[in-house]
Amino acid sequence: MSDSHASADYPFTHGDSGEVPAHAEHPAYLRHHFNSVEQQADTTNFAMWLFLLTEVMFFGGLFTAYLIYRNWYYPAFVAGSHQLSIPLGAFNTLLLITSSFTMAMGVWCAETRRKSGLVLCLILTFILGLGFLGIKTIEYSEKIEKHHVPGFHYSLSSFLDPDSDAAAKAAGDKPMALDMARHTEVYFSLYFAMTGMHALHMIIGIAILGFMIYRAHAGAYTTGHVTFVENFGLYWHFVDIVWIFLFPLLYLISRH
Amino acid sequence: MSEQNEHAHHIVSPMVYLIILLALLVGTATTVWASYIDLGEWTPLPGLVIAWNPIVALAIACTKATLVVLFFMHVKYSTRLTMLTVFSGIFMFLTLVGMTLADYISRAWGRW
Repeated sequence: MSDSHASADYPFTHGDSGEVPAHAEHPAYLRHHFNSVEQQADTTNFAMWLFLLTEVMFFGGLFTAYLIYRNWYYPAFVAGSHQLSIPLGAFNTLLLITSSFTMAMGVWCAETRRKSGLVLCLILTFILGLGFLGIKTIEYSEKIEKHHVPGFHYSLSSFLDPDSDAAAKAAGDKPMALDMARHTEVYFSLYFAMTGMHALHMIIGIAILGFMIYRAHAGAYTTGHVTFVENFGLYWHFVDIVWIFLFPLLYLISRH
Repeated sequence: MSEQNEHAHHIVSPMVYLIILLALLVGTATTVWASYIDLGEWTPLPGLVIAWNPIVALAIACTKATLVVLFFMHVKYSTRLTMLTVFSGIFMFLTLVGMTLADYISRAWGRW
């Protein structure tokens, strides 16, 4: 506890002399309840990781549900997976991994105090994130057109009569029994729940990125206080990791 | 890791980020490629069939996630508190998933 201004009389004995020299000996961004900049950075980093662990548990529940239903209704999951486009999914993986790289580079620019570099990296991350959501929109709209969204209008025709469906025909699917075909709805429920929650995280991330671009343009984050950019980077990389697991589990079931 | 360096803010170089990016792209290409190949099955017990394809896909995904956590998320260069936090979180997650799956696998044990 070797805090520079934590003497016993602080701040009351300064009452008569007027100004409290609160920011005289430390950077303005050091909050008064921390001992040092290092302690503040470590604490916020720790708190961010605790938040990410709650996110791990949140997505973990979805992944566990996926694993169990996949074991129960494996043929339905295979047929459902054949409705997804591997090129679109792989391209989205490429976009998201690259956006993680540009985000990491943004953190580096903030640490080395490169303002224009930081703004550029954040804008690239923003654009790559929007590109991901754009492709996801194309995929979702195809599912809506084919009535593969779980609900009253769900259509089983791609699974009962695979020859009527280009994707099912290309994958060489055989007609399924009605009870197993109906379980493709479970696959698509999990598909929309998992990719939807992932997309929501992307939307929140992109909104925060917009705010950060505005702030970085005004000169924030490149004066030695990089905590916000660094912790947002952790969030963005976490969203990337979720997709790294979603892509093989949802798109790549039994393609051989 | 030495104690003195633990609190020094480590700046990861762009070259490390670039190498990780390339490794992640190679991993993505590998997982797509591997999904088109039939890697066969393993039957350790009668009725218990383990397919290799999803195991390989998950192994590649775990490798990619580890690279992201260690380098993009700076855990390799973080304090021991952060390392312990990340490790305990993953351990907790695997414990919960493992125990849940153990229940579903063993519920009808011997009645296949």
